[in-house]
Amino acid sequence: MIKGLQNIGDYFIMMNKVMSRPEKRSVFLKQFNLEIMKIILSSIGIVIIISFFIGAVVAIQQYFNLSSPLFPDYTIGLVTRDAVILEFAPTMLGLILAGKIGSSITSEIGTMRVTEQIDALEIMGINSASFLILPKILVSIIFFPILIILSISIGIIGGWLGGLSVGVPTSQFILGIQYEFIPFYVTYSLIKSIVFAFIITSVSSYYGYHASGGAINVGKASTKAVVYSSIIILIFNYILTDLILSGISF
Amino acid sequence: MIEVKNIHKKFGDNLVLNDVSFNFQRGKTNLIIGESGSGKTTLLKILIGLYSFDKGSISYDGRIFNEMKLKEKRLVRQEIGMLFQGGALFDYMTVEENIKFPLTMFTNQTEEEKIERVNFCLKRVNLENQNNLRTSELSGGMIKRVAIARSISMNPKYLLCDEPNSGLDPKTAILIDDLIKEITEEYNITTIVNTHDMNSVMQIGDNIAFIHNGEIWWEGNKEELIHAENKELDEFVFASKLFKRLKRNS
Repeated sequence: MIKGLQNIGDYFIMMNKVMSRPEKRSVFLKQFNLEIMKIILSSIGIVIIISFFIGAVVAIQQYFNLSSPLFPDYTIGLVTRDAVILEFAPTMLGLILAGKIGSSITSEIGTMRVTEQIDALEIMGINSASFLILPKILVSIIFFPILIILSISIGIIGGWLGGLSVGVPTSQFILGIQYEFIPFYVTYSLIKSIVFAFIITSVSSYYGYHASGGAINVGKASTKAVVYSSIIILIFNYILTDLILSGISF
Repeated sequence: MIEVKNIHKKFGDNLVLNDVSFNFQRGKTNLIIGESGSGKTTLLKILIGLYSFDKGSISYDGRIFNEMKLKEKRLVRQEIGMLFQGGALFDYMTVEENIKFPLTMFTNQTEEEKIERVNFCLKRVNLENQNNLRTSELSGGMIKRVAIARSISMNPKYLLCDEPNSGLDPKTAILIDDLIKEITEEYNITTIVNTHDMNSVMQIGDNIAFIHNGEIWWEGNKEELIHAENKELDEFVFASKLFKRLKRNS
């Protein structure tokens, strides 16, 4: 319990250091571009593959679950659309990216910590937390929503092809994805993605920044980062859903 | 000059440094020697502000370091070049980028001026034309020399070296020692070397502090060291048969 409180305190102390003005704009922009490559561009492949297959599987499952004359074929498109927008794209992808990006961030910063590279930055007079972590956080909160939009699009394409494979006509699927569409669901999804992006990068950075010892401890820190990021994402998923969706009446 | 007065440092109940006072002189290689676990590295990390301490004061040419705010400390740190035990080179950068990094962060030099300075520093450590090597391609001795080049790139007033010879063969170790001494005298800087390598002590020890059980047990220069009558110092410095013979013959 005390250790947990201490971790929370250390996290906020670190975040206070992170949220300071970058020392040099040109260097910050260079770091920012580097992080776009490392965090976002390297994740596009996995986002496309996972979104496509999950979209297809959701459509096929719904087809068999709703195989009744009472449910028209367009229901498959509708359910796939809502499942992908509301839950799969922001939350599931958030959890998957917590594993991919989170562990990579913790390993990178943790290795820099145990090999004294962070100390070297501090001794040069550089705010190491801000220099290393701020670009990661900004890149992820700016570009995660783009990944989520990509994921939604690919997921729906996957759903269409999955539906086609079990006999749902394209016209019915398209009717389904247009039927009773609530644009606010996309906003809700993007809000969640921004919050999850912040959680993934800041929690992973925290565990890397506070790593000590050697390679084994960096590995342990990576595992902790993924576990805690995932738990916090699930908690915030519940809170945000309750706050945002219960606040609107349709 | 760096002046350390009455430093006390505890880790939990363990008193690591007890009333340590010492003057590290400008233009001289000041050595901190002592057994592993005697408190040498702790003292070095206290000097640069990576560790806090419980009592005492540290001043850099009359500026009280421990009374400064973080921003002021960062300005002092920009005057310090630090050579870490493992080199602490940034592993995602080339040799040139490593040396150029502090110049990019803290000067408004043009790219040509920075490259000129990088080449000068590389020449100074006998690593001309190695600009584009990655850190993974460097030997142990080369890593130390690149780290020295990086630490002198900003014309530091103070050079702090933590175990500069650890893991090096005797010939390369002597090269590194000579380089540190030459740079110290050439630029008239205050150099502190933390070591337990007796060859280094005999080679470059202008001003030596022997730490035993967290206290300054003896101080003097390399000539005085040979004739010193101090049981703990004798046991540490003249532990090898070679050095015992050297002492007898002197």
